Amino acid sequence: MKFGVVVFPGSNCDHDCYQVIKEVLNEPVDFIWHKESDVRGFDCIVLPGGFSYGDYLRSGAIGSFSPVMKSVSEFSKNGGFVIGICNGFQILMESGLLPGAILRNKNLKFICRFVNLKTENTDTPFTSGFEKGQVVRMPIAHNEGCYYAEKAALDELKKNQQIVFRYCSESGEINEEGNPNGAIENIAGICNKEGNILGMMPHPERASEELLTSADGRMIFESIRDHIKKVK
Amino acid sequence: MPLVKIYIKLKKGVLDPQGKTVKNSLDSLGYSFVKDVRIGKYMEITVDDISEDEINKKIEEACKKLLANPVIENYSFEIVDNKNQ
Repeated sequence: MKFGVVVFPGSNCDHDCYQVIKEVLNEPVDFIWHKESDVRGFDCIVLPGGFSYGDYLRSGAIGSFSPVMKSVSEFSKNGGFVIGICNGFQILMESGLLPGAILRNKNLKFICRFVNLKTENTDTPFTSGFEKGQVVRMPIAHNEGCYYAEKAALDELKKNQQIVFRYCSESGEINEEGNPNGAIENIAGICNKEGNILGMMPHPERASEELLTSADGRMIFESIRDHIKKVK
Repeated sequence: MPLVKIYIKLKKGVLDPQGKTVKNSLDSLGYSFVKDVRIGKYMEITVDDISEDEINKKIEEACKKLLANPVIENYSFEIVDNKNQ
C-alpha cells in the first residue's frame, strides 16, 4: 500500500504528514506535486495543512482548482481514501467533495493550541481504532476554522453519521467552552456519505508521537492503514 | 473596455465576527445610530468588449465557480463602461 501527500504552493504541514507515515508508521509514502494529474498507485492521499496559494480569495478556493484536485476527485469517486487536514479540509469543501464551508474564527484570532475532541463516529475507516465517544487531544492552528453548514446540510450530516469529531471539554461534554472557533454544533471533522473522505481542522500529524505530548492523532493514520491492508 | 463591479456578501444568518467588531468600534466612537455592520468583498474586473449578454453569462458562471462560495455568500454585479469612470 502507498500513501501520497499533496504539496500545494503554500502547504506547510506536508513534511509533518510525510514524517508520520514514513517514520512512525513505516509505510511507503510519496509527495505529489499540485501540478501532477496522475495519482495512480496510491491508496490514500493526504491534503495537508498550510496556506495553499496564500489563502487568497478564500482559504482553499484556488487550491481546489489546481490540476491535482481533478485527479483526487476522480480517485475518491473510485473509492480511493482521502484525508484533508486544516487547509486540506478547506480545499475539500471548496472542491465540493465535502459539504459546508469555513468561516473566520469567532474571536477573530489565529488559534494555535491543543483542543479536546470527541470521537463521534468510529464506523469510518479512519476512526475504527478509536472507542466510540473517546476524547482525544490534538492541536488546531488556524484563523479560519469555524465550520458552517446550512440547516438542510447539517440534518443530512447527522442523518448519515457524517460528523466524525466534535470539539468538547476535557471530560467530553459538547459545550461552548470546549469550542475554540465557534464552529456550528462544535463540528471539528466530517466525512462524506460514502465514508472514504475525511476532513478535519485539527492536526493529527502534529499529535502522532509521545514526544509531542499526544499521540492520539496517530490512530487516524493507523486505522486507515489497517483498513487498506485488510481490503487489499 | 467594460468594467464589472462585483459585490460579494455573506448570506443572512452567517456569522460575521469582523462586522460585529467594527460595529462595536463604531459604537465606542459614539456612532450609536449604527445598528449592524456586515463586511463583504468588492471586486473590479475589466473584461473584453463583448456583448453585455455574454459578459453577464460569463461573470455569473465565474461567480458561481470561483469568486463566491454559494454555501456562505451571495453575489451581485453590474457592468459599467470604463470610459465613463
